[in-house]
Amino acid sequence: MPHRTFLAFIWPSLLAMLLFIAVPIVSVAYQSLFVEHQQILSEVESCGPFGCKSEVRVDAAAMAELRAEEPMGRYNGLGTYTNPTHLAFDEVREAWATSGSFGNFIGRVMNLPFYKALIFTLCYTFIVTPLVIVLGFCIAVAVNNVSARLKGPVIFFSLLPMIVTPLIGALVLFWMIDSRGVIGATLQVIFNDPQLSLKASPTLTWVTLFVYGVWHSAPFAFVVFYAGLQTVPQDTLESAMVDGASRWERIKYVTIPYLMPLATFIALMQLMDNFRVFEPIISFSAEANAPSLSYMIYSDLRSGDFPLFGSAAASSVLTIIGVIILLFPVLIRNWREFNRKA
Amino acid sequence: MAKSVNQKPLPLVALSTGFVLLWLFLAAFPFIWTAWGSFKVEADFFSRTDWMNALTGPATEAQTGSRFTGDGYYGAWIEQGFWKAVVNSTIVVFCVVTISLTFGTLGGYALARSGFKYTFWLLIAALIFRAMPHVTLVSGYLLPFFEMNIWGYLPTTIIVLVAINQPFTLWMLHSFFLTIPKDLDESAMVDGCTRFQAFRLAVIPVMWPGVVTTGLFSFLLAYNDFTVTSMLLSQENQTMIPKINSFLGSTQQEGKVMYAVAAAVSAMAPLFVLVMVFQRQIVSGLTAGAVKG
Repeated sequence: MPHRTFLAFIWPSLLAMLLFIAVPIVSVAYQSLFVEHQQILSEVESCGPFGCKSEVRVDAAAMAELRAEEPMGRYNGLGTYTNPTHLAFDEVREAWATSGSFGNFIGRVMNLPFYKALIFTLCYTFIVTPLVIVLGFCIAVAVNNVSARLKGPVIFFSLLPMIVTPLIGALVLFWMIDSRGVIGATLQVIFNDPQLSLKASPTLTWVTLFVYGVWHSAPFAFVVFYAGLQTVPQDTLESAMVDGASRWERIKYVTIPYLMPLATFIALMQLMDNFRVFEPIISFSAEANAPSLSYMIYSDLRSGDFPLFGSAAASSVLTIIGVIILLFPVLIRNWREFNRKA
Repeated sequence: MAKSVNQKPLPLVALSTGFVLLWLFLAAFPFIWTAWGSFKVEADFFSRTDWMNALTGPATEAQTGSRFTGDGYYGAWIEQGFWKAVVNSTIVVFCVVTISLTFGTLGGYALARSGFKYTFWLLIAALIFRAMPHVTLVSGYLLPFFEMNIWGYLPTTIIVLVAINQPFTLWMLHSFFLTIPKDLDESAMVDGCTRFQAFRLAVIPVMWPGVVTTGLFSFLLAYNDFTVTSMLLSQENQTMIPKINSFLGSTQQEGKVMYAVAAAVSAMAPLFVLVMVFQRQIVSGLTAGAVKG
């Protein structure tokens, strides 16, 4: 296909991606170098029946004018990146110098907002992804063993947790684990502790979010593995059986190696999706105990009367760097394959 | 005769069936429970005394005189104006699916038929774009949109969702068009068609299965989106999902959680129908990317 025809076909799609994905990434990087204007304070003398006193107030009119003139705010260089709510170099250095033990140091770093969000996001990504793959594989193998009549309904109901809007799916679970909801109340009975609440303790909140993540994504892994299982070469399985391999050995040495590329595919998709975990945190109102990087950006944009663009942009750039590091192995692999072909 | 590979001992079948049933319960129960409970009053759905109340509904009977009540739905749809959000959602979803399929089929077809190296790089770029958390993109839009005075309107959100959708749509349609033999459009071109005519006359008639599957996923993305719609739409233009989220804040205090429950169930219902009708396409769409590894 000549270049000109190619361009004629692809330009709408390319333009949309360029304008609304590539340009915003650049714009975010640029915005992150600016911060909000300092508040313009003016002294106002207010006189009442008991004499006059002067008060310092924010001059709203002057602020509005300044914002209209320079909507980006004032230039701050890399200042936003190093401030306490982001990479917090000073605080980390101080914590390193003054905390006696390593555990103490980690504890103090965990209290810095950016690191708290980063650690939660990484834990979520690297705990949920393997669990999704394992659970999805188990369901696929089990469904493959049951009678054909069950399979249709099984697939229908299995798809639901994945298809239903994440925000709503998480809300449904949230209402059930409420201390007055069915799961919350049952847990209270089981552990014989009427005060038990999954929302109160940080650890339990994390566990709840992980459970939600696995529940939401396992169907995806299940469907992919199930489709893969239908294509496992029967000859290899039969010859393995002739050689005396038990059922478990056949799964271990034939099925699993055969499905390995699918597992890589699922892992890639899941890493991308889990790294941007966001909606469940809103639904479970878990922001205090388990903020994610995406949530951090969201709350900056939602703060007060005026969004903190600089702060949100700096977090966004750090998140994008995180995504690129995460995808790096995949990119390298693709690059090698491409070179081998060329 | 030696036993076949696919013959299974009874305990294994029993164990598998048990496991599958357990999973089915985990997957389906929350939705069925909530759908059932949405027809009760709050005192039953969030019962302090006994969870069985949510099934039988004594408080519902005491308060409304019948065992089921549509009060939650009435409150959400009429009182809180959820119907307006449904209208907005319908507009957004319809436009996003139509536009992104149009862009996507053209682009995907070009990527599948062009043999040049830059197609590889375009696909890799699309993969990286797909991995971008949506909220980082939103933080890039917000300020320019405020400045240009286009923040808060449906068309802005529609075009943003189309763009966010493109990487995925391109990947899927690209791999779908690879499965359509090249000879089909090439023989049309030998017969004197231009590339566009070949696309229109030879390819469009056979592309519908792939387009339907891709369209389903575009639909899901637009329908399920919370990040973009909650940040880019003004209060009166909100779609369903941000509307439900804003219910949560206001209704929790007023003791009207059931409005939110009813709204959530209303938003779930179309998805149920979708899965029921298009189960096969969804499954084939999920596996399409995987087959190529």
